[in-house]
Amino acid sequence: MSNRERLKLYRLSGPATEFAIQAGLTEGDWFRSDVPRKRMKELMRRSDARAIRDTVLWLGIGLVAAAAGIALRGSWWAVPCFLVYGVLYGSASDSRWHEAGHGTAFRTRWLDNAVYQVASFCMMRNPTSWRWQHTRHHTDTLIVGRDPEIAAMRPARLARILLNLAGLVDAPAALAHMVVNATGRLGADEATFVPEAERYKVVRTGRIWTAIYVVTIAIAVLTRSWLPVVLIGGPRFYGTFMHIVYALTQHAGLGENVTDHRLNTRTVLMNPVNRFLYLNMNFHLEHHMFPMVPYHQLPALHEEIKGDLPAPYPSIIAAYREIIPAVLRQLKDQTYFIKRELPSGAAPWHGPVDGLLPDSATA
Amino acid sequence: MSTWVKACAASDIDEEDVIPFKLDGKNLAIYRGEDDDYYASDGHCTHEKTLLCDGLVMDAVIECPKHNGRFDLRNGRALGAPVIVDLKMYPVKVEDGYVHIDVDG
Repeated sequence: MSNRERLKLYRLSGPATEFAIQAGLTEGDWFRSDVPRKRMKELMRRSDARAIRDTVLWLGIGLVAAAAGIALRGSWWAVPCFLVYGVLYGSASDSRWHEAGHGTAFRTRWLDNAVYQVASFCMMRNPTSWRWQHTRHHTDTLIVGRDPEIAAMRPARLARILLNLAGLVDAPAALAHMVVNATGRLGADEATFVPEAERYKVVRTGRIWTAIYVVTIAIAVLTRSWLPVVLIGGPRFYGTFMHIVYALTQHAGLGENVTDHRLNTRTVLMNPVNRFLYLNMNFHLEHHMFPMVPYHQLPALHEEIKGDLPAPYPSIIAAYREIIPAVLRQLKDQTYFIKRELPSGAAPWHGPVDGLLPDSATA
Repeated sequence: MSTWVKACAASDIDEEDVIPFKLDGKNLAIYRGEDDDYYASDGHCTHEKTLLCDGLVMDAVIECPKHNGRFDLRNGRALGAPVIVDLKMYPVKVEDGYVHIDVDG
């Protein structure tokens, strides 16, 4: 099969979708480690204090960096200030969007919702449609034709990934999609996972956000200054590179069409700065297995179940030492994927492990 | 018409917790809140067929373990995406230390 043909399988309504449904891969029975109920209840416990601390740091450092950048504009000293602001806006918002979207960051519900709305705006992700999209990602993780969030397909769209380090594909697409939503329409894929009853919210947000960007650009034009765009919207381009670096470690190069997250998801150990920016999503395997566990408890969950898991990668660099050759090999060999080793005594693999699409899906 | 079924001892459920209960092949879930308030519902989330007995009970809300959908245990109301269909609840009473469910309720 040509690479172009295989990429078509990732569409959310096609032969791979049908195959996944018929093969029982959708809404499947996924492996979960045994954790005693009492311990799991401790791990699931929410904490406003921890999430408030991390949110104050996220917004506070961002505001200070932006203020410093504004004060120093015209000087090179403004560059590192806006870089910090940009990374907090265009990269750290990704993990805030994610955690608050699951509703696990705070104990208090409205705080989760407030952070979710802010982070969704920063990442240019419609909060309604992306919530449903991410729900599908958790139901059918890396199931071809079902998962709308597969970042590195087989073959990976390398140019797209590299351009997205500066947001050059996803951000313009998100802005264009926002305008489509503002006109009252949904995208074809979007319509497959957003229920009818929720669609008015997608449109409403599209209209509000379009108005915000129109006002931002109007102020920039009227004041003949880039500053409004540097502060609003711009960081989704110049500050987004770290979210791509983090996100690719989650699943790239691993198995497709499996029902065991140990085959398609990575845990990568990171330093405290990266863990703050990424809100512990580097414990991604644990998160997929138990999405109820808040980010601040994921290291403890890792300790609890690590006997069942492949060894975590010791660093981002170590993960990319495996990801880059695997993704390059998949450009020529669509059947190749990385199969991890389980420690002795771990629960055996659950479900199919070959990660291949049967011929019937490629017809 | 009511059909009350003796389901479990009240002490079988920890505070702010949930246990599974099976009746004639049907999955139910029985909950205990932090104020010794008891509830019973269908066993599966209305979004996908995930058993709620693995979920989190907090402030009279059950959170589904798969996608974090939440239901108000006092009336079964779905509290937002990804759950938009309410949860079927059953009347519950505690008598002589046992939880009884009206399975026709």
